Amino acid sequence: MSEITKEQVLHVAHLARLAITDEEAEKMTKELDAIIGYAELLNELDTDNVEPTTHVLDLKNVMREDEARKWIDREDALKNAPDQKNGQFRVPSILD
Amino acid sequence: MNFETIIGLEVHVELKTKSKIFSPSPNAFGAAPNENTNPIDLGYPGVLPVLNKEAVNFAMKAAMALNCEIATHTKFDRKNYFYPDNPKAYQISQFDQPIGENGWIEIEVDGYTKKIGITRIHMEEDAGKLSHTGDGYSLVDYNRQGTPLIEIVSEPDLRTPAEAYAYLEKIRNIIQYTGVSDVKMEEGSLRCDANISLRPIGQEKFGTKAELKNLNSFTFVQKGLEFEEKRQQKVLLAGGEILQETRRYDESTKETILMRIKEGSDDYRYFPEPDLVPLYIDDAWKERVRASIPELPDARKARYVNELGLPAYDAMVLTLSVEMSDFFEATLKADADPKAASNWLMGEVSAYLNKQQKDLSDTALTPEGLAKMITLIEDGTLSSKLAKKVFAELIENGGDPEQIVKDKGLVQISDEGQLTEIISSILDQNEQSVVDFKNGKDRALGFLVGQVMKQTKGQANPPMVNKILIAEMNKR
Repeated sequence: MSEITKEQVLHVAHLARLAITDEEAEKMTKELDAIIGYAELLNELDTDNVEPTTHVLDLKNVMREDEARKWIDREDALKNAPDQKNGQFRVPSILD
Repeated sequence: MNFETIIGLEVHVELKTKSKIFSPSPNAFGAAPNENTNPIDLGYPGVLPVLNKEAVNFAMKAAMALNCEIATHTKFDRKNYFYPDNPKAYQISQFDQPIGENGWIEIEVDGYTKKIGITRIHMEEDAGKLSHTGDGYSLVDYNRQGTPLIEIVSEPDLRTPAEAYAYLEKIRNIIQYTGVSDVKMEEGSLRCDANISLRPIGQEKFGTKAELKNLNSFTFVQKGLEFEEKRQQKVLLAGGEILQETRRYDESTKETILMRIKEGSDDYRYFPEPDLVPLYIDDAWKERVRASIPELPDARKARYVNELGLPAYDAMVLTLSVEMSDFFEATLKADADPKAASNWLMGEVSAYLNKQQKDLSDTALTPEGLAKMITLIEDGTLSSKLAKKVFAELIENGGDPEQIVKDKGLVQISDEGQLTEIISSILDQNEQSVVDFKNGKDRALGFLVGQVMKQTKGQANPPMVNKILIAEMNKR
C-alpha cells in the first residue's frame, strides 16, 4: 500500500543532514518502502477500543523535586568542544 | 479597499524554578557562560531527562490564572531541528496534548474592554544563547538550555497593534502576580513573536500572514506591527501578494526586514518523547495548584474600588505591579488611610522610582514607615511640606519617621503663644508692610507669611500663621 518516493527520501535525508548519493537514495527508497509496508500489517488489527499508547512503559508521573545541583565545571563542559572561545562553544555561524 | 488587521501573539515565558526542567542544573540568569550546564543540558549520549515537578506546578498555575482548562492526560514530544542553540538537535516540547487550552483574558484599550482567547499553553525547554561575532563564527552559551518555558498562543482575536500591546501588558501583569516568572523582557524571561495578516473587511478567510521576530520590548511589538500593517496594506492596494515570511523588526530604522520566506510549513517531525513517561494530572493535584494562586490584578482592582473606595484610576495604577500592590496593602495593614497611601505611592514614590530607575525593593522605604509618616501628617505633627523632607530621608535611608522629625527638627509649630511671639517681632521689623496691608495690598500678607516661614525654617503651621498674622495686624 505504501509508496515511498525518492523525493521523500531526499527530503528526509536533507532534514537529517545526511549526504546520500543518488544510488543510495534509490536503494533506500526501496528499503524504506518495504519497511513501511511491513509496519502497515499492524493496520489490520482492530484498535477501535484501545487507548493510544504514547510510551511502552506502564509508568506515569516520574518526576524529581526542584533542587539545583552543580554537576560539572565549565572546563569539563567545554572539554569535548571542537572549538571554544571565552568560555563559550565556538561554531560556524548559521544565518537564518 | 478597507482592510481588517488580524494579529495573533506567541509569548514565551521562562519559569523561575530553582533548577532546569529536565536536569538539576541551576536555573539562574546572569551566570558566567556555560557555568550552569551538565551532560543532560549538553545532550550527551545516554543521559536521561527527568521532569521537574515544580515546573509542572508553575506551568499549571500560569495556565489557570489565564483561565485555561488543564489537561488530565498529557505528555511531552520531540520537535526535531538542527541549530547550534540546541545540542540535542531536538527540543522537548508538547505537541498535541498541551497542559492548558481554551483560556482567555480581558484587555482594556482606549476605554473599551475585549476578551482575547488563548488557544493553548504548552511546556517546553528553552535553548542556549547564540552570539554572532561577525567573523563567520558564533559563540554558544548553554546556561539557558533547559530553562523551563511556557508558550502562550493567543487566538487571532487582536485587531490593532494597540490591542496587542494591551494583551502583552495583561499577560505580564497576571503572570507576575502568580509569581512563576520575573516576566522581564529585558532579561529575556518574556519574549514575543507576532503573526499579522490583513483581509478585506467582510471577507471571512484570513489573508497570508507574516511572522515578526526580534521584538525586544512591548513598544517594539506595537511599532513593528504598525509598520507591518502599513506595509501589507501598500502591497495589497498595489495589487501585490503577501508572501508567508518571517520578518525582523529593526530598532534603528523602525522597519521590518525580511529574514526568510517560508516555503510550506515547518517540518519538525514531532513524535512522543520516548525518554519521558506520560503525565497524569488528577483533580487533587489541580486543586492544590489552584489554591496557591493569589488574588489576581483584576480582582484586586475591583476590591480597591468597591471596598476601599479608591478611584478606578488609583486602583489601576496600584495594581500595575504586584510589588506596588503588595506594598500598598501592607501600608494599609499598618493603619494608613487608603487614599492617603495611594496618593503617596502614585505621587512621590512613583516619581522617585522613575527618576532613580529603581524598584520599590531597592529603596529603604517600608510600608510601616510610610504609614507612620501619613499618621504624623494627619495628626498635624507634620505639614505636607515638611513631610517631603521626611519622605526623602525615609526612601533613601529608612528609619522611624517620628525620630527623623525630632532629629531634623521638623516638628510643625502649632503652639499659638509661640507663633504669636514670632509674628509680633516680625511685624515690629516690617512696619511698612503692616501699613501696606491695611491699605489693601494683599501682597504684603504673602510677604509677611514668607518672613515667618523663613524664621521658623518652614516649620510654622501655615493656616495658623495666616490667622494670627491678620489678627495681630488688626490690633495695630
